[in-house]
Amino acid sequence: MTADPLLRIEGLSKRFGGLTVTDEVWLDVLPGEIHAVIGPNGAGKTTLINEVSGVVAPDSGRILFGGLDITRLSMPRRIRAGLARSFQITCVLPGFSVLENVALAAQARDGSSFRFLRPVAKEARLNAAAREALDAVGLADRATMPAGALSHGEKRQLELAIALATRPRLLLLDEPLAGAGPEETERLIALLDRLRSDYAILLVEHDMRAVFALADRISVLVYGRVVATGAPAAIRANPEVRAAYLGEDEA
Amino acid sequence: MREWVVPLVLFAGLAAAPFAGFGEGYALTLLARTMILGMAAVGLALLVGGAGLVSLGHAATLGVGAYAVVVLDANGITDATTVLPVAIAAAALFALATGAISLRTSGVHFIMITLAFGQMAFFTASSLAAYGGDDGYTLFSRTEVAGTRLLEDRLAFHYVCLGLLGLTYLFCRAALAARFGRVLRAARENALRVRAVGLDPYPYRLLAYVLAGAIGGLAGVLLANAAEFVAPSYLSWQRSGELLFMVILGGLGSLHGAILGALAYVLLEEWLSHLTEHWRMIFGPLLILSVLFFRGGLAGLLAPRQRR
Repeated sequence: MTADPLLRIEGLSKRFGGLTVTDEVWLDVLPGEIHAVIGPNGAGKTTLINEVSGVVAPDSGRILFGGLDITRLSMPRRIRAGLARSFQITCVLPGFSVLENVALAAQARDGSSFRFLRPVAKEARLNAAAREALDAVGLADRATMPAGALSHGEKRQLELAIALATRPRLLLLDEPLAGAGPEETERLIALLDRLRSDYAILLVEHDMRAVFALADRISVLVYGRVVATGAPAAIRANPEVRAAYLGEDEA
Repeated sequence: MREWVVPLVLFAGLAAAPFAGFGEGYALTLLARTMILGMAAVGLALLVGGAGLVSLGHAATLGVGAYAVVVLDANGITDATTVLPVAIAAAALFALATGAISLRTSGVHFIMITLAFGQMAFFTASSLAAYGGDDGYTLFSRTEVAGTRLLEDRLAFHYVCLGLLGLTYLFCRAALAARFGRVLRAARENALRVRAVGLDPYPYRLLAYVLAGAIGGLAGVLLANAAEFVAPSYLSWQRSGELLFMVILGGLGSLHGAILGALAYVLLEEWLSHLTEHWRMIFGPLLILSVLFFRGGLAGLLAPRQRR
């Protein structure tokens, strides 16, 4: 660990009423790294992603992104700073075409959106950027379909394409494989493996096979607390982790 | 091209109407009123259909525009080059101030707060004793264009209204299809998605609110001129409800629907009130049925069938 981390979470805490969902979490993501966060249901994984992306504000602690303190920035400003996230529950614009979903993200990165006269559907630069992102996730042949008509797995791919079109440095992926069928899972794992060369990724995922196939490092979150961080082999061997989480189905 | 057919026929019909049996004074007055309310409804459709913001106080912007005409008229200022900018700016400022607060809320709270602002404007107008209070105010003169009394000629007024309605429609349609409109439409479907690509919907929604307000102000100037009279009832929440109804009756999916809605609403109201004095007994159920059965509104009925 010699490189400066791209994302650094310092002593982050969050309580909802009496429940501590994030408890003094320290965690970092290095450039080019896939850092996976695993943990049982209710461990606070999605809350952690929400705090980093700006959906909920932490009670204490700091979030540094590329050396910049983003703890108090609004979500749109964090995205413009180079964070991008996908959602556990698919978040696309069902009435927009697949291409337009991605073109909106390209538009957010391409000058002012206070333009009133030129039809945006004909803006070649935005459409080209959108097609490029769709190509990267393998959805190019669905470009003209309404996003609402995509299969579940395709919607997950679309979310990735939207995230890529914001030209991020770090991807926050909240269960990108949730609800995908076996074939779709294979495709998405291969896709995430391709993305690792260009982006740092903070990955929250339940699919252990995917996590151990992809992650450079794994952090285990239990009741809001990081109980272990390390390389996949070390995590697999850690008796505390096995007791707390992995159980019998990951032997 | 297909999506231009209905609006083109609609505007051509309005342009030809004075020479197709609607050239009488009364018919022209009715048509002018329809186009003016249609203009306000197009602005409202930009908000409701485009941005998904249901305002129940839109009549207040018409009222602000109309009362700007009144205040200037009382001070002997009737030239269009002053009246129009002042009235439009007043309505836009009203929308900016009320929108900046209203847009902090959403859903039913947004509806209620726009209603509350509309009622505040209504009671303010009622208490303007210098301008007739509850009784309203009769203009000394219509607004003058280039020193002439052009607007007193019914036919000229018809085409002025039509031209301004056309410009309003074209601008709103272009804005909705441009980058600005894409942000509005996307935020209507899912505001979180828009924030998660790095865009804050708030300033876009606020500008849409101000644009709709400015269009309402312009319609208010024309409404004051059409009647040569302005009263607080122009700002009533019933009027806001009527405008909202025109938009929904016409169809939320398109802007020309708002004009169709205004036409249907005003003409139906007129026709039924000639048939019987209890016309509201028929009008109400008709409106309910139209909403139940024409989900896409009148524009949806007339739209070319979608290819599947």
